[in-house]
Amino acid sequence: MILVRDLYKQFHSLQVLKSLSLSVPKGKVVVIIGPSGSGKTTLLRCLNALEQPNSGTVQIGEVKLDFAQKVDRARIQQLRRQTGMVFQSYNLFPHMTALQNVMEGPVTVKKVEPQKARAKASAVLAKVGLADKEAHYPAQLSGGQQQRVGIARALAMDPQVMLFDEPTSALDPELVGEVLKVMKELAQEGMTMVVVTHEMSFAKEVADEVIFMDQGVIVEQGTPEQLFRNPREERTRQFLQHLQAKDA
Amino acid sequence: MKMFPNDWFDNPERLNRLIDIAQSSFLPLVKGALLYSLTLAIISFFIGLILAILTALARISGIRPLVALARIYVSIIRGTPLLVQLFIIFYGLPSIGVMIDPIPSAIIGFSLSVGAYSSEVVRAAILSIPKGQWEAAYSIGMTYWQALKRVILPQAARVSIPPLSNSFISLVKDTSLAAAILVPEMFRKAQELVASTYEPLLLYVEAAFIYWMICFVLSILQDRIENRLDRYV
Repeated sequence: MILVRDLYKQFHSLQVLKSLSLSVPKGKVVVIIGPSGSGKTTLLRCLNALEQPNSGTVQIGEVKLDFAQKVDRARIQQLRRQTGMVFQSYNLFPHMTALQNVMEGPVTVKKVEPQKARAKASAVLAKVGLADKEAHYPAQLSGGQQQRVGIARALAMDPQVMLFDEPTSALDPELVGEVLKVMKELAQEGMTMVVVTHEMSFAKEVADEVIFMDQGVIVEQGTPEQLFRNPREERTRQFLQHLQAKDA
Repeated sequence: MKMFPNDWFDNPERLNRLIDIAQSSFLPLVKGALLYSLTLAIISFFIGLILAILTALARISGIRPLVALARIYVSIIRGTPLLVQLFIIFYGLPSIGVMIDPIPSAIIGFSLSVGAYSSEVVRAAILSIPKGQWEAAYSIGMTYWQALKRVILPQAARVSIPPLSNSFISLVKDTSLAAAILVPEMFRKAQELVASTYEPLLLYVEAAFIYWMICFVLSILQDRIENRLDRYV
């Protein structure tokens, strides 16, 4: 479903991604972990071209972009229409209600009739447990509720792939659970997901594959079992120990 | 020295005449205000706002020729008096064969002025919207123009309503400059009435009063719009 080949990304003189390759089969959940500055968020943002890599290819479903050449804007939009993105800071549209936020993509981008889009948006909001919050503006919702609207907004576009960029990092601890619950349900329904997160419990429970990134490369990847119980690389071990020390 | 000429208050005939003139001039002045001053302001503001948005977008586009063009435009309009611009358009351009009627001339002059002054307001407002809003719009597949129209400008509008309302109120008053290029707006009407009645104080104060009333109503409208836009923050 997702195929990434040989991605390079440079910010000025800083090499953020170095020849990174990755493939995510349909219906699988991949969790990316790693220290800050490891390039995991950049990788995720490259997947829907919010960040343009200097070279390499990204393929999602049928749409393939080769960043070594100049990429066509229309192709980028095609790619984005197949991917849903959930942001750390939600980025809901503050001037629209929850329902309008979710309808916006279908109506404006896909030109779905407002009536149909409304019904669909209602259903998606109900699915993330916010049926009673349709008329609320983002400022009237808690962080956890806002993030669930964010997930609903992405889902309303019927994406083939969902990308999550540290979706719970900005949340108060007691609100993390409700967002993770929605993500788990999505995973169970067979959504293809790439998740950048610090929630190791989520990784252990839901991920089909865990990727540990550091300094712009994939250091190690494997099942949660392998990677958490039995890391092969010293850097992975250090990172996990560090996390455990913080938790304790 | 006396504050008032004697006959203003001492002479009942004179007083009656003043009341007569005030009464008979009120409607023509209000008509001039609504038909020309306000209409001129509304049309020019609308065109000017579109110019301002385009100029602001050019400024933040990062495309050098566009940035330069926008800068030169703003610099010229802000660096020269509006009255002089109107004179160039109406009295100057005919020398090179471009004849424009008074009202279109005024609309061109006022629109260019609004476009330049407001472009800075619009630019600041657009830049004040967090980058995440653009990204969220792009992430659901929007194009640049869709993101701008649906996500960025509605939010930028909220930020820029107070300064833009002020520009609009200024513009309503500035339309009086159009009197100098023969537009029959309120101030020109007042001048004509002064010429026939020789009562400058009465008529100019009356005109001032009508300007004030219009601006008073406009500032109430401004408050309403701001409250409406504030509801979601």
